[in-house]
Amino acid sequence: MRYLLVEDNQELAEAVVNRIELDGHAVDHAGSLAEASDCLAAADYDLILLDVMLPDGDGRDFLAARRDVSETPVIVLTARSQISDRVGALDQGADDYITKPFDFSELEARCRAVLRRRGGAARNDVAVGRATFDMTNGTLAIGDEIIDLRNRELRLLEVFVRSKGGILSKAALMDRMFSYDAEITENAIEVYVGRLRKKLGHAGARIETVRGVGYRLHMS
Amino acid sequence: MKTSGSISRRLTVLLACVAALLSVLSWSMVTSFARQAAERTQDNILEASASIIAEALRSEDGEVRLELPYSAFSMLGAISEDRVFYHVTQGGATLTGTPAISADFVSPAPGQTRLNTTTYQDEPLRVAAITRVILAGANRVAVTVYVGQTRYGVSLIANDLSRTAALLSIAFFTVAVALSAVVARTSLHQINVIAEAVARRGPTDLRPLRQTPPQELAPLLQSLNRLIDRLSRSLRQSEDFIAEAAHRIRTPLATVRAQAEVALHSVDDVTEKKRMRQIIRAVDESSRSAGQLLDHATVAYRSENIPDTAIDLAQIASTATAALQPTADMKDIDIHLDANTAMVRGDDVLLESALRNVLDNAVKYSPPETSVTVRVRTAGASGEITVSDSGPGLGDEPFEKYTERFQRGKNAEGTVGSGLGLTIARDVVLAHQGRIELTNNEGNGTCVSFILPRA
Repeated sequence: MRYLLVEDNQELAEAVVNRIELDGHAVDHAGSLAEASDCLAAADYDLILLDVMLPDGDGRDFLAARRDVSETPVIVLTARSQISDRVGALDQGADDYITKPFDFSELEARCRAVLRRRGGAARNDVAVGRATFDMTNGTLAIGDEIIDLRNRELRLLEVFVRSKGGILSKAALMDRMFSYDAEITENAIEVYVGRLRKKLGHAGARIETVRGVGYRLHMS
Repeated sequence: MKTSGSISRRLTVLLACVAALLSVLSWSMVTSFARQAAERTQDNILEASASIIAEALRSEDGEVRLELPYSAFSMLGAISEDRVFYHVTQGGATLTGTPAISADFVSPAPGQTRLNTTTYQDEPLRVAAITRVILAGANRVAVTVYVGQTRYGVSLIANDLSRTAALLSIAFFTVAVALSAVVARTSLHQINVIAEAVARRGPTDLRPLRQTPPQELAPLLQSLNRLIDRLSRSLRQSEDFIAEAAHRIRTPLATVRAQAEVALHSVDDVTEKKRMRQIIRAVDESSRSAGQLLDHATVAYRSENIPDTAIDLAQIASTATAALQPTADMKDIDIHLDANTAMVRGDDVLLESALRNVLDNAVKYSPPETSVTVRVRTAGASGEITVSDSGPGLGDEPFEKYTERFQRGKNAEGTVGSGLGLTIARDVVLAHQGRIELTNNEGNGTCVSFILPRA
């Protein structure tokens, strides 16, 4: 996936870029609408994250103008009042919006939801045992049979797949699963790992418990 | 509204007074003209009659002789059935007729006529006199002929004409009053046109009025437009202020939160991780409060002008559910939407915001891997949205407490929240003439219902 982040606040942009890259996506950052136009002219993006208040104009005007030429999904980042901005952003053709400050997990969940809804994004398949895991759409399937994964199990699987066989401590897993108001305990991690292990068992992949350290996914 | 009387009525009364004055004036003029005309006619006939009699005088053997011509009296009869008298004198001595009718009369000079009104037998009598000089032998004698007639006929004709004039005047007055009412109403119609144009407007329509007013109403229209302009400017300012305040508060919070989250991933120490989480929670707490405070302000000023648009609650529920879905997914909470069409009237943005606040609460307080149900249905004269969750429920505190500002339930400890969510929802529902009901589900969880009047 290739994202374009249009955000004038340098510190915030850095943190967002950092986090999206951690999830395995490429991100370009534009600090103004002019820079964003340059980026869009130079490359194709799967998703645009667009701030509303930018130094050289209103993100929503940019959005409205852009809607005439491109279908690239857009998520608006807004720091304004929810009610009044909701009207503006969605009317101008944004696919979704998120209010600042936002939870990275929520941002990620919304990006995924928009990409899935648009259905246009290319698959990003990874083999997990005999199964195929599509990282874009978050589906795990053996042949035509889809293995039903709950969202948290899916997140866990993603983290394991990205670690490429490395050992992940419970604390590291908790960090990645942490979200805005749902504290995840070490106990819960054990429960989710247990369930994922069972579901992956059908696919011939194995989550190994490394005693005293953490877990490791063997993909074949 | 208290008013200082009706311009239309005042105008009508004024015009009617003018019409009444004109009617009376025209009646009295017609009456007096009619009387004069009748009298003039009588006078002319009396003169003619007198002169015919005078023509009939002749002298015979030095004596004045008169044979009364019948035509002289028959022409008098043409006017009316009044009584007729005559008197012929020669140098003051009566030749023939009734002397009384010329009692207070100075005989006219020869060849002259004279008219006078006298009283005879207690009746007014109009008398014409003519003097003629006749040669009686060698003498020239002046003979005066008096012809008199009572005035019944003249009065009769005059009264008749006067009555007709009175009837015409009354008719004129009636028509004039009706016309003044119409005129008053038509001239005031323009005011109504402007009033209607203002009344027809939606609450958010603050464009200036475009009517072309009559000259007299132009100042009114101008001040109205100036007021509208000031109003829209002040509304825009408060909207801009809310947006700007939100931006100023949330942008730095977003930076702090993002950096803290990045730091959370880069530190290994358990205590530091805990500290980072605490920072993030604190940021979430304050940003939610700020957001809801601003939403609360937005709701407060939008509630002043609830539009009369038809809205399907099912549509509201579906939009709000879709918006919350990604957040619910993160906790593996299923949102079941069971929505039948229920039309209400109001502001869709506000209703959706109210529902989002309640749904947000439901998702927030429910444990992971449970479900939240959103139901929309009609019941009698109301449309209802019900959100039930599997959270900890409300406890045993009175339900009113939850819709008070900044009040959070005992069971809410450990979850981020400002306690404004239900207040916003309640304010929105109240502004739509509805009510909000909170109940504990059987088993566990909370059930929040918006009950709104159906469209």
